[in-house]
Amino acid sequence: MNIHLILQMAADSMPDREAVICGCQRLTYQDLSYAVNSLADKLEGTQKLAYLAETGTAAPVAMFAAALRGIPYVPINYRLAEDQITSLLKRVSPALLISDDAPEVEGITKISPVQVFSPDTSWDGFAPDEEGNIAIELFTSGTTGDPKSAILRHDNLMAYILGTIEFMSAEESQSTLVSVPPYHIAGISAILSSVYAGRRMVQLPNFSPEAWLKLAKQENVSQAFLVPTMLQRIIEYTASNNETLDLPAMQAIAYGGGKMPHSVIEQAMTLMPHVNFTNAYGLTETSSTICLLDPDDHRDAFQSEDPAVRARLSSVGRPLPAVEVEIRDDYNAPCGAGDAGYVFVRGEQVSGEYHGSGSLLDENGWFPTRDRGYLDDAGYLFLDGRADDVIVRGGENISPGEIEDVLIEMSDIKDVAAVAVADDEWGEAVGVVIVPADMTTPPEIEAIKSHVKNQLRSSRVPTKVKFMEELPYNETGKLLRRVLRDVFST
Amino acid sequence: MQIKAGTKLFSAVCDTQIMVLRVPADDLDVTCGGLPMQTDEAAEKSLMSDDAGEGSLVGKRYVNEAETMEFLCTRGGKGNISVNGIALEIKQAKRLPSSD
Repeated sequence: MNIHLILQMAADSMPDREAVICGCQRLTYQDLSYAVNSLADKLEGTQKLAYLAETGTAAPVAMFAAALRGIPYVPINYRLAEDQITSLLKRVSPALLISDDAPEVEGITKISPVQVFSPDTSWDGFAPDEEGNIAIELFTSGTTGDPKSAILRHDNLMAYILGTIEFMSAEESQSTLVSVPPYHIAGISAILSSVYAGRRMVQLPNFSPEAWLKLAKQENVSQAFLVPTMLQRIIEYTASNNETLDLPAMQAIAYGGGKMPHSVIEQAMTLMPHVNFTNAYGLTETSSTICLLDPDDHRDAFQSEDPAVRARLSSVGRPLPAVEVEIRDDYNAPCGAGDAGYVFVRGEQVSGEYHGSGSLLDENGWFPTRDRGYLDDAGYLFLDGRADDVIVRGGENISPGEIEDVLIEMSDIKDVAAVAVADDEWGEAVGVVIVPADMTTPPEIEAIKSHVKNQLRSSRVPTKVKFMEELPYNETGKLLRRVLRDVFST
Repeated sequence: MQIKAGTKLFSAVCDTQIMVLRVPADDLDVTCGGLPMQTDEAAEKSLMSDDAGEGSLVGKRYVNEAETMEFLCTRGGKGNISVNGIALEIKQAKRLPSSD
């Protein structure tokens, strides 16, 4: 099934409803459909359609036009350095590229996002429906190495949409504020979900707390998706400007893409008691969300006196109805409730496939996410970092998260990360990078060590401590641990 | 008629279009408004031979009672969808909160 069907159904059933707004541009589903057919006509003979620009109305047009012509859509991170962009474009070539500003690469023909809307002729063919066709190729963020090109097929994405969204289930008055970048899986699923639900997308190309709040009020936005750092910055911004988080039209906020600090979600729920919060956990390779902590789960955990229920506010919830999750140990055997291991996932929406390295699914269709975690006895999934980030000290596995959770409690520590450092005796040991609340009076190193020793045990005590003014995060809030490991190794 | 997942079917009597999501490997007689559905859209529609029911609704998923088959209605119409003479029902899906 081709994802273009989503737009076709929307344009057929609600042609005059507003589909997408960006700045002063406003398109209905019919406008969107016309633009898609017009761009599709420019794609004769094109093998791939790449997109290297910030979020804008051209992004959904490009995605559906590529689908209509049966070619892959490849959105690329425009924030990368020029040499990185050049190297990605070489991997995508030959292709048509939508961009205002891209390096010259052989085989890449450029048109600007504005030209996407030049109404020349319209392509009136049908979207091809061949089984196994590729819809989207997404470069993973490359926090642990070179970016990999993940393949998402039409069947994966349609399984996700049909499994999670009811067609035209949004009220005409509803809208969602899209501030995630177009090259992120959450940016892709935002388009597919919103169009299928009939929910107007309000695009915000460059996130700042101020711009987000202004747009949310101006457009009476009812829904939003945020990565945790964005929510944190919105709360900090309103507090430091003595403003209140006054968003009466906001009904629901979903978040995901990184670990949400406990304190941030509790603050958000206190400041916006009328808002339904949903935590969504997913990966590029799983066509977005696979687990949800829904609004009722949030409220139950927030109000509960039972520590096990309360802890669920730090979980990513339970698998979607059409998705299975399994935890396995080092020997690939299933773990019991409460035992941490590697997170495996199965379902039609799971692609688990990359250019070059093929499918990572095992013979029974399970995909190793490379995340670590455990399921509690009610089936809630708790994540515990990436498998690659585990510190192996003399054969003992140490999760950076447990050390970070303990240290962030210290009042003179604003942010902290634990990584593996080389150790002559143990192979690896714990190194921590601390962002002090006040850089001029950082905490005593001995105080840091004894706090970890008292709360955990001696194997967790950091052998190396460094202070930094801030930790390196990428634009979607993922901590770049690779950079921190380099800090210790030089 | 032998149909498989991904096949598009058109009503011979109204605007209804459906997409096959999952079917058993049997010969199925898929009808809309009493007449067999077709793999191409007819230029002229026939008269409905069975006008009982409320028609098909776009975006709804239709299943048989045992849920061994499932269809997505991609365009609604006046005709009712049946397989082997038995009317399909709308699948009641659990409503999930928006996560993106």
